[in-house]
Amino acid sequence: MPGNYIPILVFLVLAFAFPVVALSLAALVRPSAQSGERLTPYECGIQPVSDSRGRYTVRFYIIAMLFVIFDVETVFLYPWAVQYKALKVFGLVEMLVFLAILLVGYVWLYKKGALEWV
Amino acid sequence: MLDQFFFYIFASVILLGGLLTITRRSAVHSAIFLIATLLGIAGLFLHLQAEFLAGVQVILYVGGIMVLFLFVIMLVNLDQAARQRQFNRQWWLALLAAAAVCGEALYGLYRGRGAFTFPGAVPGNMPPNTQAVGNALYQNYMLPFEVASIMLLVAMVGAVVMAKKRL
Amino acid sequence: MPPITLAALKPYIMMVLIVGIGPLGVGYLVLLERKLMADMQARLGPMRVGPQGLLQPIADAVKLLLKEDVIPGMVDKWVFWLAPCVTVTTALAAFAVVPFSSDFVITDVNIGVLAILALSSVGVLGIILGGWAANSHYPLLGSLRATAQMVSYEVVMGFAVVAVLLMAGSLSMVEIVKAQAESHRWFLFGAFPFGLIAFFMYYVAAMAETNRSPFDLPEAESELVAGFMTEYSGFRWALYFLAEYCNIIVVCSLAVTLFLGGWLRPFPSVTWLGWLDYAAPVGSFLLAGGLSLYLVKRQPRAFDQIVLAAVGLALLAVAGLFAWPAFNALFRGVFWFMAKIMVLVYSFMWVRFTFPRYRYDQLMRLGWRVMIPLGIVNVIAIGIVLVLKG
Repeated sequence: MPGNYIPILVFLVLAFAFPVVALSLAALVRPSAQSGERLTPYECGIQPVSDSRGRYTVRFYIIAMLFVIFDVETVFLYPWAVQYKALKVFGLVEMLVFLAILLVGYVWLYKKGALEWV
Repeated sequence: MLDQFFFYIFASVILLGGLLTITRRSAVHSAIFLIATLLGIAGLFLHLQAEFLAGVQVILYVGGIMVLFLFVIMLVNLDQAARQRQFNRQWWLALLAAAAVCGEALYGLYRGRGAFTFPGAVPGNMPPNTQAVGNALYQNYMLPFEVASIMLLVAMVGAVVMAKKRL
Repeated sequence: MPPITLAALKPYIMMVLIVGIGPLGVGYLVLLERKLMADMQARLGPMRVGPQGLLQPIADAVKLLLKEDVIPGMVDKWVFWLAPCVTVTTALAAFAVVPFSSDFVITDVNIGVLAILALSSVGVLGIILGGWAANSHYPLLGSLRATAQMVSYEVVMGFAVVAVLLMAGSLSMVEIVKAQAESHRWFLFGAFPFGLIAFFMYYVAAMAETNRSPFDLPEAESELVAGFMTEYSGFRWALYFLAEYCNIIVVCSLAVTLFLGGWLRPFPSVTWLGWLDYAAPVGSFLLAGGLSLYLVKRQPRAFDQIVLAAVGLALLAVAGLFAWPAFNALFRGVFWFMAKIMVLVYSFMWVRFTFPRYRYDQLMRLGWRVMIPLGIVNVIAIGIVLVLKG
């Protein structure tokens, strides 16, 4: 375990303890009178007509899939950028080829309207 | 000592998360435990001094793929699925097959038990991990890297073709 | 075991300070935002609690702690509980790698930038889970929108960050600032004008990442009530709020580190400007202290007068401390870092008060059809400029 990561792990534990402690402390002092109508989900005052966990538009799903692909692309860029000063022109050409291939895909998406929300 | 402590912490997070992933009824709960497992794996990468991989593991798997998973889970009707029977009639056959695989894995582990020692920590500081990855990827393995871009292209096209009916 | 020294304990002391003071600081950030908004709309803003409303954040905190925590009947209790905790944890933990100055950094890791991006991508999960757990229409829609928006702009942010990495050659936050000191310029002006473009992209992406207006679609109150936070109340809601403002500070500190020279003084290599290291902190604290003391006699209540006088004297004392060379040498980095963050935060607020909200399809189009191609082209352009410079 590289030593300089231990503070991050400790900080994660401490940062998680903060909301837990604060919520439990608040539980001791706050009032609680939950019953009946108060427990229905907010729906602008009318009775909820359906369970909300239903189906929704597929566009969100397309965006998520494209995000994963572009995220992989940026992850490839990080080590390249860090090592760029050593790679010089060779690195540039390499990345140009990589990005050109992906740009083909991007242009296809653009033309097909996959990037349009409506 | 500290090394072993962290290894066992991460390993138990992975195992516990994996176990809970397959036993929860609600798909969203399963996804949450799968996230815990993936974070544990990131921890193990960190433990092995592969910092860059640890970061990428969290960004891609937890921040990317698990978001996609959660979207898919929300896309289908969850409650109906949860109410259905969780086991089908061939469960004993499945149990038998799983036991066989488990026995095989255990035998393999038993045969290779000599490898179960903790190597000592690498003395001194390793070169920055990201630079090492950059060197390997962009000098020694240039072709696989370029091929990866074609794979990404195929994934991009495939994702949209499958998700969008009218093109 | 290494011996326990002050140097070994420093990161842990800073951690406790951040977790302890951070929420209060966020409270004052909210007060600042309300005051600024009031000022731009020719109102007074909070004036009742304490002098000029200075104690408002404390009153808010007490109120939120005492407020009833309504958990609707149909929610998934476990996830409902977990989601805000995840978001707030990742928002706070991101400070672990933020270099407040060369001396004040909890831990400097080789993948500092990546660590912040990773934590913020985990924070997204808290939002999507929170919206799902509530089992109500508005939160679900809000969280879907929030997630799609945040992941889209994460890609944009990634391209902007890569532009800086090309110039810095490292993912460590401290190394990036040092690289700026060595090249005698902020990366904002590196590979001119492409550094500026990268900063602009980062700025827009940061605003979308933190769900700030004009990109506050996930909580657009006119259509989605309060977005993913609709069913959250009391202190649980406060946790989301806290995380949001923490994230604003985190993205601003990342921007300061990447583009604006971190803890370095403006024009770090111009030696005859060295007097700025003293003039700026002493001057600004003197000004703030003097203003407080001037306002004392305007306060209607004796209590307010005492509080404001104490605040004024404390500010003057800090000004005095900054005039002391030993203190100044230790803390001027922190001062510059904080000052730069405040400028960015101020500009975030200014934008919020000035621009109307985007429509969701406009937001997505901006992200996917403008920003991402711009990002790719910008990265290539910087690469070419760097090769030409040798």
